[in-house]
This record gives sequence, C-alpha cells and structure tokens, in this order.
Amino acid sequence: MTVALIFIAVLMLGSAATAMVLRNLIHSALLLIASWAGVAAFYLWAGAEFVAFAQVLVYVGAISMVVLFAVLLTRQNLDDRQPAEPASRARALAAVLIGASVAGVITATVLSTSFKPSAAEAPNATVKQIGLDLMESHGATLLIVGVILTVALLGATVIAATDKKSDPEDAQ
Amino acid sequence: MTPLHLCLLLSTGLFCIGLTGALARSNTILVLLGIELMLNAANINFIAFWRYGPASASNDGLMFVLFGIAIAAAEAAVGLALIIAVYRHQKNIRLQEATRLKG
Repeated sequence: MTVALIFIAVLMLGSAATAMVLRNLIHSALLLIASWAGVAAFYLWAGAEFVAFAQVLVYVGAISMVVLFAVLLTRQNLDDRQPAEPASRARALAAVLIGASVAGVITATVLSTSFKPSAAEAPNATVKQIGLDLMESHGATLLIVGVILTVALLGATVIAATDKKSDPEDAQ
Repeated sequence: MTPLHLCLLLSTGLFCIGLTGALARSNTILVLLGIELMLNAANINFIAFWRYGPASASNDGLMFVLFGIAIAAAEAAVGLALIIAVYRHQKNIRLQEATRLKG
C-alpha cells in the first residue's frame, strides 16, 4: 500500500520537477502530462475511481492537447539557445529559496499535527452515489459550472481569434 | 505516519514544485503549467481528507475535486488563449517582454 504510494509519488514529483528544470518546452509539456497521469494514479490509489477517470479525460486528454497546441503555435526561433542572463538566474535562485521555505513550513506543520483516526472503510463513492450527490445536493453548483465553462470557452475563442480588421479588404 | 500524513506531504511537494516553477520560469506557458500543478496539489488534499480524514461520511470532498477540475480546464483554456493573443502582438511569450500593459 505504502510502497505503491511512494512509487506514485516518485513518478509524479520527479516528472514535475524535471519539467520545471528543462529548457526544451516540448519535453516539459510531455513530462507534465506524465505528472498529471501520476495524479490520476494517486486518485486510483485513494479509491476515488471516478475522479481518476475525470482527471485522465480532462488533464491527460484535453488540457494536454491545448498546451501542446499553444507550445507549437508560439514556437520561438531556434536561436533561444543563449545562456540564461544573470537576472533570470537570480530570480530562479529566489524562487527555489521561496519554494523550499514554503515546503519546510508546510512539512513541519503536517508532521507536528496529529489527526483523528479515520473511518475504517472508504466512503460510499459508487458512480450511482456520485450521480445522486451531483444532481441532488450539488445541482445548482453543477449548473453554475456549466455556465462558467461555456462562458470561458466562448471568451477563449474570442480572445484567440484573428483580428479581422487587419485584413486589407476590411481596412478600407 | 498515517496515510493522511503521507498524502499531505505528497501534495506539499507537488505544490512547492509548481510554486517554484511559476516563480522561476520566464516562459508564460510554463508559469501557467506551474499554476496547474498547484491546483492539482489542492485536489490531492481534498481527496486525502475525503478518504482518510476524520468522520468522512459525505462525498463533499469528491464533489469539490470534480468542480475544481472543471474550473481548471476553463482556466487553462482562457490562459492559453491569452498567451496566443500576446504572442500575436509581440511575437514573444517571455514574461519580461510583455510590459505593454505595465502602469
């Protein structure tokens, strides 16, 4: 049980950390997809199968494609092989310091907290129960999330759409 | 060391990797992906407390993760559309160069 969790953690954290260090953007994106798959594996490990499949569908399936399209559409010229300038190196050092201190604070807090013992068996999370919960007690939230997704996708299309006024026949 | 502690430490690691990446990298896409990693760490916490937390009888943690994944998808779509719009204007997506809106 714990061995499986450690394996998942090494996969997830290792690929995420490598992705944040690499300079090749495509490699970073692919490693982050592996990290999201590791998060889905964690959900499976914890017994939340429905959420795991939602994670695979949304992150590994959809968001990864959007990210890869964005990487390919905003491709830089291949002359960005120059070494990092001192300002960005100083910023990276400060970011690592901040990340390490935040990690230290949270880890110390978690390790010094004793939680109440959990329930012996997993909560009832069959697909039928999840559907009933979604439709009954969280019905309004489900509708609002649908509206948010519609508005966000329409807005994303509008923002990313080509400006028609730049066409010569519209400019006259 | 209960399973809850292990899950919380795992999500701490993922959150801090995302935070460091979002602060350190100058490529806008990687900053957005660091924010996505932090969102995933929050979702891991919800699942951990849903499964191993005290008195976990309801499915509210599970519901919150489902809605969080939906919001993260909307956020990624809008963020990447903004990145493409900035790239069309500036031919560049480095954060240092995107100073047109700076007050």
